[in-house]
Amino acid sequence: MSEPLADADRARYVLRLADTSLIVAQQLGAWIGHAPALEEDLGLANVALDLLGQGRLLLTYAGELEGRGRDEDALAFLREPADFLNLALAEQPNGDFAQTVMRQLLLDAWQIELFEALEHSCDERLAQIAAKAVKETRYHLRYSSGWVVRLGDGTAESHERARQALERLWPYTAELFDADPLEEAIAADGMGPHPAELAPRWRARIQAVLTEATLTFPPPASFRWYGKRGQHDEHLGHLLAEMQILQRTYPEARW
Amino acid sequence: MVGDARLRAERALRTLSDPEIPVLSLHDLGVIRSLEVDGNRVRVGVTPTYSGCPATEVIRRSVVEALESSGFDPVEVLDVLSPAWSSADLTAEGRAKLEAYGIAPPEEPVHSVRALAGGKPRHCPRCRSAEVECVSEFGSTPCKALYRCRSCREPFDYFKCL
Repeated sequence: MSEPLADADRARYVLRLADTSLIVAQQLGAWIGHAPALEEDLGLANVALDLLGQGRLLLTYAGELEGRGRDEDALAFLREPADFLNLALAEQPNGDFAQTVMRQLLLDAWQIELFEALEHSCDERLAQIAAKAVKETRYHLRYSSGWVVRLGDGTAESHERARQALERLWPYTAELFDADPLEEAIAADGMGPHPAELAPRWRARIQAVLTEATLTFPPPASFRWYGKRGQHDEHLGHLLAEMQILQRTYPEARW
Repeated sequence: MVGDARLRAERALRTLSDPEIPVLSLHDLGVIRSLEVDGNRVRVGVTPTYSGCPATEVIRRSVVEALESSGFDPVEVLDVLSPAWSSADLTAEGRAKLEAYGIAPPEEPVHSVRALAGGKPRHCPRCRSAEVECVSEFGSTPCKALYRCRSCREPFDYFKCL
């Protein structure tokens, strides 16, 4: 028998999921007013809003599990970069539109598999959040895969941009499926899936989109980067500086 | 009388509408999940349509205000996540109101994944032509998509399947 999971472990696991949703939401929000067309402005903002909502539900739950009195705002606005546990893929810069929709495709396909698995979590609260989120994520995937196909199978220029985006982001996808001791324990407990279990279906989904987009899988990553353990590059610091400045300058500020 | 109080609470809730699509009442939208009345105390279960929909907070506030001004105290609003809200929770009346308002209602209520992947409005809410095309999967609120009618050339909102 494995050791029963401590609430601190559950909190840390939920925080990982929350932070990935929150950071991607913040990234997509940066496109508002800058997207190539009004429809894309609306599209990216809507995806961001869903992710923000999912992130808030997860952050609130993580705070309750943690039991240290931190609510969603304290967790979002008053933590240092090293305390964030989002996937490194989530914090990769928006880049051009191709890079943003490629990052979104890679993450949407992963979230679908993850949330579908979490619907069967032994943790009822997490299962409820996942059941809600998965329905929204299907729309996100429809959007991101549509754009990756259009760009990949578009002009020589858009194809090249999509190819470069895929090549740049690909190394960060290894982290999605590499389990660490926390995820091993979570899987043994039945709270969440083993990350490696998600890989085959994720790969099949991505493969189908890339084929239609006339793109191919890049070679496997030559490095590993674990944002979920708090290892981040400089992009997260810049993003958080902007996201947190108001709460840090005017603590407890309210609308 | 307990029965009277419940009726009073129900009546107060019936007056409330969706802040973003005011033609729909909260009842039409299917977001009021439970109502418990105990003397002057009342607890209402409300479910969000989309996880991040900003209207949820406005709805919660309007529920509290309506019940308080009907004499209830305290008023408690519970967030209900399960079962997750679906566009199938719209009432038949709500669907008809949407269409009359110019928003195409979601496809016939279904829960399947396939419907999510392929759902589209049956016809243009203005001229009823089936010749419609999607402009964007996402519209002015999380629950809507942007469509255009190829017959009358008018753009319109589609209330998405979820």
